[in-house]
Amino acid sequence: MSLVGPKDRTKPWKGPYAPYDLVKELCIAVGVIALLAVLLTVLLSSPDDPPSTIAQWSHELPADFATTAAKELNGTSDTAEYGPPYNHSSGSVQHFIFLHPQRWLGVSHPIDTAEDYVVKPLETVPNDPVLQSALAEYKAAPETQKKEWSEAYAKPLEEYSEAVEEKKAPPATVSVDTTTGAVTVHTSGAGPVPTMMASLQSLAQSGGLEGGLVSSSAFFQTDYTKPLLFMADGGLLAERAEGQHLLGEQWGLMNETGSYPGQPWLWLYALWYQVEPMKESPNADIQVLLIMGLLSVAFISIPFIPVINRIPRWIPIYKLIWREHYREISGA
Amino acid sequence: MSAASTTPPSTPRSKSWTVKVREKGVEALPPERLLPDGQPTYVASWIYVFGVASIASLIVIIASGTILALKGPAWWHETSVGHFFNSIHMWSVELFFFVMVVHLWGKYWMASWRGGRGRVWVTGAITFLVAVPAALTGYVSQQNFDAQWISTQAKDAMNSVGVGAFFNLTNFGQMYSYHILLLPIAVVALVSVHVLLVRRNGVVPPFELEQRVALTSAGAPPEPNGSPQAPTGGGVPRAATGEQS
Repeated sequence: MSLVGPKDRTKPWKGPYAPYDLVKELCIAVGVIALLAVLLTVLLSSPDDPPSTIAQWSHELPADFATTAAKELNGTSDTAEYGPPYNHSSGSVQHFIFLHPQRWLGVSHPIDTAEDYVVKPLETVPNDPVLQSALAEYKAAPETQKKEWSEAYAKPLEEYSEAVEEKKAPPATVSVDTTTGAVTVHTSGAGPVPTMMASLQSLAQSGGLEGGLVSSSAFFQTDYTKPLLFMADGGLLAERAEGQHLLGEQWGLMNETGSYPGQPWLWLYALWYQVEPMKESPNADIQVLLIMGLLSVAFISIPFIPVINRIPRWIPIYKLIWREHYREISGA
Repeated sequence: MSAASTTPPSTPRSKSWTVKVREKGVEALPPERLLPDGQPTYVASWIYVFGVASIASLIVIIASGTILALKGPAWWHETSVGHFFNSIHMWSVELFFFVMVVHLWGKYWMASWRGGRGRVWVTGAITFLVAVPAALTGYVSQQNFDAQWISTQAKDAMNSVGVGAFFNLTNFGQMYSYHILLLPIAVVALVSVHVLLVRRNGVVPPFELEQRVALTSAGAPPEPNGSPQAPTGGGVPRAATGEQS
């Protein structure tokens, strides 16, 4: 028996036919599936955990919000350092050997984190001469000065976040009022930045920042890229996700909130992220997608792949499927 | 003034595109093959149910999705009726993938691409692959925490291969369009082609059928149409002579 080039000798059926009502079968199937879906709905419903908001984030995790906002202004957040399609950085740019599709497609959704997440929203705050003065000072300063101010403000906050994460005593340079959600950074050399960031925190806590991030020159808006990326730079979404077994190491890619099945059909996709070298690779996504792309082509091409297309003949599960047919044939 | 003709004009066959399409269509799939009232006797296993169950699930998905679309994307968060239909939508998707996977495994173990049926497998496999992003876009269009988390995590994979430039998971409007229009059209089109190919080629016969039939029919020559007991509708599959390795 050839492994690589078996002749397909399947001939058209010349044997008997049995009556068959295709339309009736389909109608019954629709009824049964609809009934099953209703039954599962009545018994199990479906998950609908409300979304997190920036207001909620800035209230519940004020230091995390302040740190994230400082990094956006400083240009050191995940989004600021991401690269295409958001900017020209390279922090999250992936490649595989000579394949650089992320770079090839360019910056299609430009985000300037300092401008979009801090400066522009603050420009919408009315009747605040102190803030307007601080903003004017910041905007008039040269880039090196802006960088110096924002770094002077961000550094104590980053040290505070690290200490909290490692469960150490937080530095005295940052004080957080858990009642009001106010964050104060005791630092010199930050120029107008502390005033700006205090206003941003107030704006966020009032619920005004969400609108500031989705609004554009158009009245209608359906693109939530900016607020979602801003929130993803912080810790609230990840904190909630961990509690709902949604993190990558928890196979979260195929899960959803609660004990619902999620997307189990993504199990193979999720599997590759759990094994080396993808598990620790900075290029894990493109590696996994290339693997899945190859496997998808192979899946489509199964009829034409030697050996794979012969396995069904070697492992005779078909004898179980067509057992009645073979019984009739042998009986005859 | 001449009297109007009571019969349709006789268009020369070579000139009319309409006639050509009709004749090609009927030739490829005559009505009795498109909607047969008989199946070969070997089509007698529960595994065959999963193909029609996949189509049935797709119908329930589209029906429940249509109701959700009629009321808008926020409706299901605000009313218990909306949540009810969203749940039906979600569970019919879960059922769709379950029965489709069983259907695919069943067809693999039957090597159902035999006899020139390679395109049937190919369209079925592509349907599964297109259904995956159809479901993903549904998850990121939910406007809840799942949508927030899934979109912000899955964006990295899309961006890594450049797809994020035109398939932005964090853009609700774009994802909703993909979910309720573009990808469903692709899935329905693929399923339609898949079903038409199945009807055209017939259900794949069991392994080694030719030798066994030759033995059993030695004393009883087949009818002229090759189907001794075919019901009225025929249901005779197209002669499948394609070969592949």
